[in-house]
Order: sequence, then C-alpha cells, then structure tokens
Amino acid sequence: MSTPIAVARLAGAVKRYGALTALDGIDLTLHRGELLALLGPNGAGKSTAIGLLLGLIRADAGTVELFGQDPQQIAARRRIGVMLQSAELPATLRVGELLRLVASYYPTPRSVAESAALAGIADLLTRPYAKLSGGQQRRVQFAIALCGKPELLFLDEPTVGLDIEARGKLWAAIRQMLAEGCSVVLTTHYLEEAEALADRVCVIAQGRLIHQGSVEQLRARVAVKRISCLTPLPIETVRRWPHVIEAQLDGERLHITTAEAEVVVRQLFDADPQLRELEVRRGGLAEAFTELTRDAGEASLTEQREAA
Amino acid sequence: METVMLVNAVEPKPIDMSRGRVFRAYLAEMRSECLRYLRAPSFMLPMLLFSSVFYLMFGVLINHGDGDAARYLLASYCTFGVIGPGLFGFGVSLAIERAGGLLTLKRALPMPPGAYLLGKMVMAMVTATLVTVLLLCIGVFAAHVTLNWIQMATLLLTGMFGVLPFCALGMLVGTLIRGQGAPGLLNLIYLPMAFMSGLWIPLSMLPAFLQRIAPVWPSYHLDRIALAAVGLNHEALLPHVLVLAGFAVGFLLLAARRLRRYG
Repeated sequence: MSTPIAVARLAGAVKRYGALTALDGIDLTLHRGELLALLGPNGAGKSTAIGLLLGLIRADAGTVELFGQDPQQIAARRRIGVMLQSAELPATLRVGELLRLVASYYPTPRSVAESAALAGIADLLTRPYAKLSGGQQRRVQFAIALCGKPELLFLDEPTVGLDIEARGKLWAAIRQMLAEGCSVVLTTHYLEEAEALADRVCVIAQGRLIHQGSVEQLRARVAVKRISCLTPLPIETVRRWPHVIEAQLDGERLHITTAEAEVVVRQLFDADPQLRELEVRRGGLAEAFTELTRDAGEASLTEQREAA
Repeated sequence: METVMLVNAVEPKPIDMSRGRVFRAYLAEMRSECLRYLRAPSFMLPMLLFSSVFYLMFGVLINHGDGDAARYLLASYCTFGVIGPGLFGFGVSLAIERAGGLLTLKRALPMPPGAYLLGKMVMAMVTATLVTVLLLCIGVFAAHVTLNWIQMATLLLTGMFGVLPFCALGMLVGTLIRGQGAPGLLNLIYLPMAFMSGLWIPLSMLPAFLQRIAPVWPSYHLDRIALAAVGLNHEALLPHVLVLAGFAVGFLLLAARRLRRYG
C-alpha cells in the first residue's frame, strides 16, 4: 500500500506581491471528507491561499499540494471542483450545455441530470445562462463545481446573493457531498454558515493563520458571555459593578457583557430578587471572530512600531 | 511533520483520462465557443455586416459596372472582413473573460491545456469563413465578378487561415487591456491599419509614404494573398505567407508571456 497523503496541504506557504506579503508562512492540511472553513477579513490572504491551492499562482516559498501533487498539474485538478466568488459564464449558452462542457474536462463526471438534481436546477437546463436570476446563476455555478464528481470542492463565498431557502438547499447539497467522502474548502463571510457546516475553522489575518480548530474551540477562545434580563435596576449602578465590561439598555431589557457571568448573576439577584427572564449566552462566533482579528491587527501594529 | 491518519488520507492514484475523453474535451470547448458567439447577435452582426455593407456600397452601388474594381474590392473587403473576427473574437472576449473571472475559473478547472485558445481560434475561423462566403455571394451574384471554382476555394481558404495572425494580435491586445476598454483600442488598430494597407482605397491612390510603409502591417500581406486568389496579383506568395506566420508567432509568444506573468 502506498503512503497516505492529504487531500490538500499548504506548508510554510509564502506569497509576496512586491512589498506586500499576502501570505506569510501558512500551514494547512485538509483531510478526506472534512469541511474546512477559511475565515478572515477582506485582504487577509484567503483568496491567495485558494489561488495557491488551485494552481493559479505559485508560492514564493513553501509547499503547496493537491493529492500530493503540484496543483498546476492537470491530473491533480481533475479531482477538484471549483466555484469562484465571481465568474461570468458565457451568457448565450444554456445551463445544460455549460454542464456538459465542464463535465467533459473530467475523467468520470456525473451525468448532467445528476449534477442538476444535486444543485436543484433540474428545471433550468434549457435556459440561457444570462436569463437566470443571480441566485439561479449561483446554483448553476455550484452544479458546475460538482459535475466532475470531485474529491475536493472549493467553494468561495457560495451563498452570497442567495435567499434563505436557496441557502438551506445549498447547505444540504454540501452536506450530501461531505457524506459521500468529498472534502470541502469553504470561504465565507457568513459566520453562521461556518457554524452550520464546518468541521474545522481557520482564521486568517494579515497573511497568517491566527486560529485553527473546531467552531467550539474558536468560541472558547473568547471568554465573554452575555447576560440579559428584565430589571428596574438603574443602568449606571450596574456599570459600576466589578467584572461588567459593558451594560446596555434595550427598552426594558438590560444587556451585560462580562467574563465572569456567575459573579455578575449573583450580584444581580442580590440587588433585585424580582428580576425576570434571565438569559446567559456565550459570545457568538461573530464576537470571537472580531476579537481574534482585532488582536492580530494590534499585534502587527505593535510589531511595526517595534520595527520602526 | 504532520501525521495523517490512514482513514483520513487519500491514495495518490493517478486519474487516468483516456485520449478519447481528452479529445472530446477539446471538441466540447470548440463547440461551446462557436455556439456562444453564433448565438450572440451583438458579435455576429457587426462582423458579418461591416465588410459586406461596405462592399455592397463601394463594389456594387457606387461602382458602375467596373469589373476589375469589383474584383479588387472583393479581395480587399474579404481581408478587411476576416481581420474583424480575429481581433474582436479573440481580443474582446479575452479582455472581458479576464475581467469577469471566467478565465480564472477555466484555469482552475482541469480544462486541457490549449483548449481555451483552440476553441476561440476555431470560432474565429468559422466566423471568418462565414464572412468570406457572404462576400463571395455578393461578389458573384450582385457585383458579377466571374471567378472559377479554384479562385473561390482559394479565397475561402485565405479567409479561413488568414484570420490566424489577427487572432494572435487580438489575443495580445486582450492581455494588455482588461474588460470593456478592449473594443476601443482594437478599433484604433483595426481601422487605421485597414486604411493604411489599402483595404478601403487602393494603395496606389494613397500618399507615397503610406505606400512605402504598407508592408509593416500584417493586413497588407493578407491582402496581397487575397488579391492573388482572385487573379489580380501574380507575385510570389511565399514571402507574404512567411511574414504572416512570423507575425502570428511573434504576437502569440508575447501574449503567452503576458498571460503567464499577469494572468
């Protein structure tokens, strides 16, 4: 038996554009049947990382592999499917013709009917691409990504412009692909998308991988919790309590941000035994993400100052 | 070194794609390119009408039965007509597909190498052939130019293959400019070059300076071959063919270099 290899791998990958370092030594390994979400602010290096893995650009240093091969090798790319953030497909071709064309690039593609059914576009096959709505075009692009029966799918912001129902259907299709053993690299701006689908989340900021782990682990990086309740307590008093990071009044409802929820809740009950509708939540992925990327931003600012 | 669990790993099996399937991928690409432009009136109509309306006006309506003028203009409007699909079919579509992300997607997909360019090339050749057929019909039936079968076939072949150097020039322009700016620049090349090669007004009627520098333009050389096809030029054709081949290879190399470097 031959040596097992990863589906996709970046090791110490560096990419510079002139003076700008877009990727500063990234290590990433993707396993079979896994969905990896790449998160990060715009310009953080997500697209560069994807570009390297798709063989669109070459790394200045480090290793980039798809199935143990250079992504610029067509044999490696015959095992991937791609959906880019923006790709204007030929306007006058019909959906079925587009699917048949892209399927012709692959050794063992799905049938047009199968790809269309998976992406929920069976009713659009005879329509010219330009006559479709934005959401329909996005679904056609998804069908094109999966038509080659790929072992690895790259989905770059796949649900931008989709309504909630279409997004749900796309998620279901992605889950079906994962269940068949396909791996997925997903970039998204919607944190709930990462939350719903990802086995692993990588956060990239300033060209570096600043966090890698499960969604739970990412959340746990952020200690803050949110407390909310109905109470007549004056907000100024609450703000002065120890451990209260922030307190806000939303109508009658009081919202408190704190790292020590237990202490603050005890204090709330001491001050107002009649308090109602108490809720304590851990900070969401959004808060975690903001905090992480802000920390990375501050760190690099400090570095720059030290260097100056 | 990262240890990868066996169950999570994939085999480095080479994906074999039979030659037949690869060949079919090339065919599919050509078919798609042709279909998509044949269905696009905004591309086909100007390509087909530009030269044929000119020829109808100058070769038939204004020209009062001068057979030699009609013959001469048939060749030069054929040349003019086949340059268009090369420059615009290649240049505009490449510029727009670079800006719109389609080229990036195709480079990421396992499209066989060269299928993209080959598809566009075949599309330009088909369009150039249609232009030549249309002009031939006008020439024979409306302008009453008498041509034998060999002359017609030679003119058709000249149009079909003569488009190639201009595909390469269009491709080069398409790599220099992104998006909607390309048609403007291409017209700036197309129209003055056509004029200075004597495609609208015979070279002999142009200023001596323009006559002297005419061999600089690839369109001049294609016109000499087209004129020979209709029996109006008896000089040796090989030098013109070689110059056109040289232009094609030169433009192609420059364009390929730019595409590799800047995408």
